[in-house]
Amino acid sequence: MTAFSTGTVPAAGSMATGSHEAPASVPAATRTMSLAGALNDGLRRSLARDDKVLLLGEDIGKLGGVFRITDKLQEEFGPRRVIDAPLAEAGIIGTAVGLAIRGYRPVCEIQFDGFIYPGFDQIVAQVAKLHYRTRGAVTMPITIRVPFGGGIGAVEHHSESPEAYFAHTAGLRVVSCSNPQDAHTMIQQAIASDDPVLFFEPKRRYWQKGEVNTELGADALPIGEARVLQPGSDVTLVAYGPLVRTALDVAAAAADDGVAIEVIDLRSLAPVDFTTVESSVRKTGRLVITHEAAQSGGMGAEIAASITERCFDWLEAAPARVTGFDTPYPPAALEEAFLPDLDRILDAVDRVLGRRNSLTGWEARA
Amino acid sequence: MSTTHEGTRTHEAHDDIPVHLSQLEDVVQLISPTGERLSSPGFDPWVDDVSTEQLADLYEDMVVVRRIDTEATALQRQGELGLWPPLHGQEAAQIGSARTLRPDDFVFSSYRENGVAYCRGVTFTDLMRVWRGTAAAGWNPYEVGMATPAVIIGAQTLHATGYALGASFDGTDSVALAYFGDGATSQGDVNEAMVFAASFQAPVVFFCSNNQWAISEPVGLQSKRHLSDRAPGFGIPSMRVDGNDVLAVMAATRIALDRARSGGGPTFIEAVTYRMGPHTTSDDPTRYRPTGELDEWRAKDPISRVAALLESRGAMSDELRSRVEGKADAVARDLRAGCLSIPQPDPMSVFDDVYAEPHSGLERQKGQYAAYLASFENGHGDGAEGGGAS
Repeated sequence: MTAFSTGTVPAAGSMATGSHEAPASVPAATRTMSLAGALNDGLRRSLARDDKVLLLGEDIGKLGGVFRITDKLQEEFGPRRVIDAPLAEAGIIGTAVGLAIRGYRPVCEIQFDGFIYPGFDQIVAQVAKLHYRTRGAVTMPITIRVPFGGGIGAVEHHSESPEAYFAHTAGLRVVSCSNPQDAHTMIQQAIASDDPVLFFEPKRRYWQKGEVNTELGADALPIGEARVLQPGSDVTLVAYGPLVRTALDVAAAAADDGVAIEVIDLRSLAPVDFTTVESSVRKTGRLVITHEAAQSGGMGAEIAASITERCFDWLEAAPARVTGFDTPYPPAALEEAFLPDLDRILDAVDRVLGRRNSLTGWEARA
Repeated sequence: MSTTHEGTRTHEAHDDIPVHLSQLEDVVQLISPTGERLSSPGFDPWVDDVSTEQLADLYEDMVVVRRIDTEATALQRQGELGLWPPLHGQEAAQIGSARTLRPDDFVFSSYRENGVAYCRGVTFTDLMRVWRGTAAAGWNPYEVGMATPAVIIGAQTLHATGYALGASFDGTDSVALAYFGDGATSQGDVNEAMVFAASFQAPVVFFCSNNQWAISEPVGLQSKRHLSDRAPGFGIPSMRVDGNDVLAVMAATRIALDRARSGGGPTFIEAVTYRMGPHTTSDDPTRYRPTGELDEWRAKDPISRVAALLESRGAMSDELRSRVEGKADAVARDLRAGCLSIPQPDPMSVFDDVYAEPHSGLERQKGQYAAYLASFENGHGDGAEGGGAS
């Protein structure tokens, strides 16, 4: 399969027999779904389409996962397809590696972002490298689902954004969905990919609802491509996952002030679709990047550097980053201070526009 | 606390007995170090069918893989290999287990199981690639039923467990066999593998080659008890066998494979052996190995005891000796030729096989590096006009 090169979700095949499945001949159907519900339906379709697809994770069976993303899937597909794993992340990932070598297509759920580190070695030293190590003989079609990010008032280890570790690792693909439609298509594309995919789900947006065309098929945007969500000529604002919603709010607020922001949902963090970002910045001359993860060595650093290399002569201002601080993720009572929000992003928009902002103060040049 | 497999010898671990882990105590032994065939009722039936002729074949295998080891070490000393991890002393553990496997079984090993790779049919050229530094791994796992070796200690035990689980899902009776050392038993991965294998009753065999040393650390640093004592706590039956005894290893592996094939789940084998050489050609065991230990284990050599047993059966003929020596010589020649025939990889191949599907970021770097290399051909390298590529 070539999900990353073509973006296609394989058409529902003859194995799709559940009553929830629309026959392949029925025209596109649009339904209102939460992001969580869209993931659940995408997983269901992947399970129905290919009997090599297995789900493996903690509490994903009867409970349906702590966020209910796998709700009722074990009931429907049985405990051999939707497997409750012992509480060991290295065990989950390492077992998935063996299953993949055997020809299976495992989908692992890491219960919370901060729990992924015990599985880190298996991800970066095995999952990422086995295709290279075996000179292409072994593929690792493993999807690792990670609910990530903060804003839910949780305790330590439940609100982190570890995506940069994985974007830094050759051999992995890293994506993040921001809305129900993308959740639905991207999870199926990730599972269909012959490369390993780290799939970051914005947990504070799980219950956000939206229209989902469940039969997009080959019309879906390829998973490796960014999407321009809103055109604008003054500033390019790049976000992914949970902050895409915030970025759209920023654009609306800026529009009231006469500033046209082009919002890009990055979607793929490895590889980054620099072509889309580059063409936007050549138009706007200004770039703001926002993410919840800490700033140093983060996605914003990579995007700022790469876009500066590619677009130096087009830039009117230095790219600005609005990110979580270089601190551990703070206790819930402090997360509002930590998380980029509308006002902090607008402040950076002012900075790249050369307007007065929190760094220049009232003596700004414009 | 004891092993539970019906019909096999079990051993008790006593809290009040200090365990001298480097000693061959509490082990199943079918051939003594001096070559006597010993009896062990639980194990004998599993090797009754091994004829004197077949024993001679096992002898040949062990001599050949020792010769592979000697030749590869020489190649390293001559600068043809960057590194080599010798298996000297562990021939019986590797041959006795690997020769019991079927082609449809799957091996997951560390980097020291080069004798196992020989049994699985890995070519000499492929065996040398990693150590010559031209490839991250040597062979296609599916062609030989053996994964490329894991360098991260113990990581492969989880892969074996997952593979075994998949094999059982597929309705086959194929078994995954995971090789690892005494040091690996301290790793979380190995312990998690035993948890998963027990929970799912995966058809996997955990084969621990306890060679007494993890580089400079003695096995006593990894465990205060026999390594085989751990498995029953996971609900996995275990056996502790003389790893320098090819028949005992073979019997134990057959028992474990039979359990796995018939739905009995995982088994743990501790093969008590000894690393007679260094950890790798970069190591210096004289800095940490007690005086006399090597001589003590030389007396328990896995090859000489089979030679003595064959001798006692009147089977160690001149014909056999010359056949085995001839084979070992031929293998050494092929190994050397295979090693020297490996070409230097093309610089651009550094980008190959990172991903299975196209990757825009890597394609860009590849294009830029190609342009950079091409710039030398265009005069960049001798100071002629031409900008630096980045």
